[in-house]
Amino acid sequence: MIKTDVVIVGAGPTGLFCAHQLGIIGLKCEIVDNLDKIGGQCIELYPDKPIYDIPAVPECTGEELTNNLIEQIKPFSFKFHLNDRVQELKKENDNWIVKTTNGKEFHAPNVVIAGGVGSFEPRKFQTKSAEKFDGTSVLYSIKDKTIFKDKSVAIFGGGDSALDWAIELSNTSKVSLIHRRDEFRGAPASVQKIKELSKKSIIKLFTKYSIKDVKGNGTLEEIEIKSEEGESKIIKADYVLGFFGLIMQLGPIAEWGLNLDKKTIPVNTENFETNKKGIFAIGDICTYPGKLKLILSGFHEGALAARGCFKYARPNEKYRFEFTTASNTIKDRLGVK
Amino acid sequence: MAKIKYIEHNGKEHIVEVQNGLTVMEGAVQNDIPGIDADCGGSMSCATCHVYVKEDWYDKLSKKEMGEDDMLDQAYEPNSNSRLSCQIMVSDDLDGLSVYMPEKQV
Repeated sequence: MIKTDVVIVGAGPTGLFCAHQLGIIGLKCEIVDNLDKIGGQCIELYPDKPIYDIPAVPECTGEELTNNLIEQIKPFSFKFHLNDRVQELKKENDNWIVKTTNGKEFHAPNVVIAGGVGSFEPRKFQTKSAEKFDGTSVLYSIKDKTIFKDKSVAIFGGGDSALDWAIELSNTSKVSLIHRRDEFRGAPASVQKIKELSKKSIIKLFTKYSIKDVKGNGTLEEIEIKSEEGESKIIKADYVLGFFGLIMQLGPIAEWGLNLDKKTIPVNTENFETNKKGIFAIGDICTYPGKLKLILSGFHEGALAARGCFKYARPNEKYRFEFTTASNTIKDRLGVK
Repeated sequence: MAKIKYIEHNGKEHIVEVQNGLTVMEGAVQNDIPGIDADCGGSMSCATCHVYVKEDWYDKLSKKEMGEDDMLDQAYEPNSNSRLSCQIMVSDDLDGLSVYMPEKQV
């Protein structure tokens, strides 16, 4: 069990800057994110795309912004819990008990939800028959590639994950690569390589096909794919891999008893608290009259939510506003002179 | 201004007037039309405003920009009539456009 002042759900730009603001006012926090890396949508959706509307930064990429935010909170040594997801929130006296999928438990008077549009999860096959093989022979990520040795593997998708794994697994497995278009969005070198492997019949390539059915009694035996014109083909497969990118799911957040408006959480604009005392929502996930889904708005929301957290974390102290330019206390916290 | 018909997967039709300069996605969201989620708010970073446009109209729309097909790969049951409605800009020329929604968004 970890005791802290604030649990931040989501390590995107908004969550990171809120952590900074908590550090500045002398509070501790722990940051949980479902992704395996820090940065949220910035790092997952557009690491290389330039952003032009961060105040005083004429242009930076999602990755640069993330790296700078990480640098900015370094002095506080806050702990990140990546690859983990907050599953359950329960109130106990003045604390929220926060439980994660990996079995971690936090006790904190405040929770700041900076969850963007929810957590990123792999997009799955829509075919009903694929569900019963989910996790055994229908997979969306690879933990141990040795299980595919000498097996028939059908890989779906047109991005880098699909192409890289098709190339890699073709060394030891019979690989079929299936994509709904004849253009691939993966790196040009990988696309070239796939075409070569297909020419040499090392990989079977099926473009303009999608999945229709997954067949097998207990164990997966074959799959049926269909073209847009309705033409079907049967492919022998021991494993099916789907690489369709990630989708954002609100997930367990919907079950915490918070007021919801579509997929967003209404908050007040004084401190971005939700209908539950001590639970704040900031960034893309919160809504209020005039809400703009901009990173800069998330920064503002995080700064105010941090002050909102102060009164529950230090009920006997009075919060005093200070500037970073002038306050020696803040300079101490930042480790600068 | 263009009258746009949004047709839900169950056949229910919504006809609304959408201002020039808005996108077909915004026309749906602003009028509370169900079936177009637009999670990312129109930055072409998700595929939850996916619609189908029949050939007669499909060919009249401005061509897909780079990246739209990449996102559509991640949509629910995309086909050759698929578009992201956040990438269709409304103008007088689109008066009478019909868009069909998929069974669900992702």
